Amino acid sequence: MPVTYTSNDQIEVYRFNLPVAILVPLFAVFLQAFLPIRFPFFAIFDLPLLVTIFFAVARRSQVSGLITGALIGLLQDSLSHQPIGLYGISKTVVGYGASSLGVKLDVENAGTRLLMTFIFCVIHQFVYLVVARGLVGLAVGTNWLHELGSASANAVLAVALFAVLDKFKQRA
Amino acid sequence: MENLLTRYRNVCILAGVLFAQVLGLAIQVRRTGDESSRLIRVWAVNLITPLEKSIIWMQNGTGGVWQNYIYLRGVRQENRDLKMEIEHLRLERVRLSEDAEQARRLQSLLGFKEQFISKTLAAQVIGSSGSDLSHSVYIDKGSKDGVGQDMAVITAEGIVGKVLRVYGTTSQVLLINDPSSGVGAILEKSRIQGVLRGTSAGQVMLDKILSDETVQPGETLRTSGGDLVFPKGLPIGTVAKVNRTPETFLSVQIKPAANLSKLEEVLVVTQREERVPDVADNGTQRAADILARRLPSVPEKPPETKTTPNTPKFDGATDAAKPKPPAPVKPQENSPNGTVANGIMPIRKEPASKPAQSVGKVSDDPSGQPFTVTKPETAPAQPPPEQDNPR
Repeated sequence: MPVTYTSNDQIEVYRFNLPVAILVPLFAVFLQAFLPIRFPFFAIFDLPLLVTIFFAVARRSQVSGLITGALIGLLQDSLSHQPIGLYGISKTVVGYGASSLGVKLDVENAGTRLLMTFIFCVIHQFVYLVVARGLVGLAVGTNWLHELGSASANAVLAVALFAVLDKFKQRA
Repeated sequence: MENLLTRYRNVCILAGVLFAQVLGLAIQVRRTGDESSRLIRVWAVNLITPLEKSIIWMQNGTGGVWQNYIYLRGVRQENRDLKMEIEHLRLERVRLSEDAEQARRLQSLLGFKEQFISKTLAAQVIGSSGSDLSHSVYIDKGSKDGVGQDMAVITAEGIVGKVLRVYGTTSQVLLINDPSSGVGAILEKSRIQGVLRGTSAGQVMLDKILSDETVQPGETLRTSGGDLVFPKGLPIGTVAKVNRTPETFLSVQIKPAANLSKLEEVLVVTQREERVPDVADNGTQRAADILARRLPSVPEKPPETKTTPNTPKFDGATDAAKPKPPAPVKPQENSPNGTVANGIMPIRKEPASKPAQSVGKVSDDPSGQPFTVTKPETAPAQPPPEQDNPR
């Protein structure tokens, strides 16, 4: 995997073990499906989205970022009763965007991660609504206040989650 | 061209992946069935649900040990309270059983069909869809347990949803608060019918109620049976809020009786039947028997008793069978029996058991029911004929 340089500062590129690369997204989808039935407030979070952003930013490869996002999104779609592809498309866009941002910016500190996750959550929801309404014709309502609150909650969770997931990083 | 593709390789891959997914979406939208994405869903469900099942199993195991053997604080008091509640419920049951018996008898007479839940299957909720915009849950019973598509899913409190997809050992249940769900509903007191729908925010609304109707908050809502999924009469919830809008229909918000956000155990209605309710003392009756009881005829001879004639028994049960003094009845003009001979009106004996007003038209029902009893078409009984004009 090539190392990218930006503004004369070396930006680290990381890789992950195969078990980690497979099991962490699977576990995130599992928790997202399991926890809301015990703790309904957990439905406000989107763990698969956070994992997508983390892997995309850490790998700093646009192709791997969009493929990771597509696979995680399609898995999440498969558990819902809606057509497969809604989350797939949204997370593909987010994965590509996050990895593109990771190439250009240092996204290792907590403040950047907070802001970046907030923005990508809003983008994810926007793309989802556009696809659901425009392409599929679903009657999906929008409460942007709720979406902004959800994005804030996800951003806060991301800071803690990324710190934990940092331990699985390996330098490429 | 090659340089261009190499330069914009990542963008091309992004466009390709997005295009493939849009194409997949288009295929799914075009096909109404579930076949196009069935395989992917089966894989995903088989990947995730075993883990959910195992965690639920462990949770139930440890929770059962704790609840049943260790944490028994307040059990005696709870036992006393429950015993008192049982006494209250017994009294209530006696009163309700009388009403129910009467209602069944009337339904039987009128040939009303009723839907009965004859078989249910208890299931554990093991997971959700994982999406805030898809209100569905997974249960730990599937086609191997007899679960089928479109079966109703309920709890003791009220309805929950219907089975949307069935897999081997799991099933997906679409909750009533999902925008794509629809349940036929009826308000208990005002008998106004509407369609229950969910919203993307997870609320439950009652649609198709005209704005000139009066709906009171707090009124109970039940299933109407019109959707052919839920049997009639199951509790749905209560009216929480009524908003009058300038549109044709009211906006009625419903508070579901079942807690849809914290479901643990549910019942799947695996079998239901539609039949005329049985009356315990009625049994199978022929139309001729009903006719014989209801039409005017010679009263049956009262059963012989060992009591002496000087001590008449005024028991309610035997009083109906006793012959009563005949009353003169003017026959109908078009009646074949209403013959007048020699200017003397024939006197007909009324049956002692049933009054003359209860005579109705008995006819074969084309729907397959043995008979239906309708209101009498003829005029009510005329007063006794005047004797000063015998013709």
